[in-house]
Amino acid sequence: MSVEATLLDAVLAALLLWLGWRALASADLYKAVVQFMVFGLLLALAWVRLGAPDIALAEAAIGAGLTGALLLDTLARLGAAGAADEPHPLRLTPARAGVALACLLLVALLAATVLALPADLPGLAPQALAALPASGVSNPVTATLLNYRAWDTLLEIGVVLLAVLGVWILDAEPALPRPAPDPMLGLLLRVVLPLSVVTGGYLLWVGSHAPGGAFQGAALLAAGGVLWHLAQPLRLSASLPARAAVVAGFAVFLAVGIATAVLGAGLLTLPPAHAGALILLIEAVAMVSIALIMVALFAGRAPTTVDGRQ
Amino acid sequence: MSVALLYGLVGVALAGMGLYTALAARHLLRRLLGFNVLGAGVFMLLIALGARATGAAGRADPVTHAMVLTGIVVAVSATALALALLRRMHASEGSARLPEDRAP
Repeated sequence: MSVEATLLDAVLAALLLWLGWRALASADLYKAVVQFMVFGLLLALAWVRLGAPDIALAEAAIGAGLTGALLLDTLARLGAAGAADEPHPLRLTPARAGVALACLLLVALLAATVLALPADLPGLAPQALAALPASGVSNPVTATLLNYRAWDTLLEIGVVLLAVLGVWILDAEPALPRPAPDPMLGLLLRVVLPLSVVTGGYLLWVGSHAPGGAFQGAALLAAGGVLWHLAQPLRLSASLPARAAVVAGFAVFLAVGIATAVLGAGLLTLPPAHAGALILLIEAVAMVSIALIMVALFAGRAPTTVDGRQ
Repeated sequence: MSVALLYGLVGVALAGMGLYTALAARHLLRRLLGFNVLGAGVFMLLIALGARATGAAGRADPVTHAMVLTGIVVAVSATALALALLRRMHASEGSARLPEDRAP
């Protein structure tokens, strides 16, 4: 390997460790969250270095962007007193010595395991590549997500759906009073929103043969949706079409699963002749649902009045 | 040292830091940051182990990539749910810490 690449890996590894620690140990929680977002962006670089561009796309949009926005939003709602923490939040005290020792032990054990593993191991890559022609797509990551391990992805969408239901149930407190709409934000939205729709749709389509897919597309759509919510508050929990669209991804995926169980070879065993079309159908609906769910996770629920109306 | 080994060890260290924070911090938002860094470390370890296939099979193991992609989406929804719980607790009890951590 070239010297430049080795140098890049060394610098990236050191930066990741330093930023990861600052994101945890900064006394000011705002600083900690911003450092966490930068950490997420550098993590996306590390995924590229490890040959995982699919994850880099998702990490940059979801890990760094959306998680950061969620954390900042909550910090703002906690207010100055609620967001304050002690000056040395992670200082080693006698009470924490046991926890620190246990963590160190775990790190040593894991590091020894990683060092003991064989350096070259094909893993499941040969099997995944061998089954690719019958999977309906030519990107092995999409094939794994939507065909080989479709069951996992169905449950994942179920978990995401449960999370948004939980947020809607819990989030009954009134949101912060919104500042007057920023004209610049409206202008930005007019440029960014069409771009996010086009790029999200492109990522969905290209996911069948290149890095991309429903989750990456959904993350981009959700970024546009969060901007929209900031410019003009959305009330997704109050609108019936939005609630139907939030459920649609899971419902369509489950319907395909039931159809393949009743008519085909078994639950979520896609017939090779129709696998490509079925994967595109599931991904398209799931993308819209997941994007809406992510915006809903950020927007929470409109405050309820005493008689239950929104 | 190979790329997979380097990033695997970074992932292990990140997981250790995150776990320590999740267990030792008092402010619940810091604990959540700890859980997220712990998750990032675990994802990095998985991808680094999958990257070992590049030499043997010509490309990284796509199964680990799919698992981590699923993990990232589940992590962000779990974080959002935890933040909603945190906001609810703060609204009803006036503190962003668990009762046993509130004493000065």
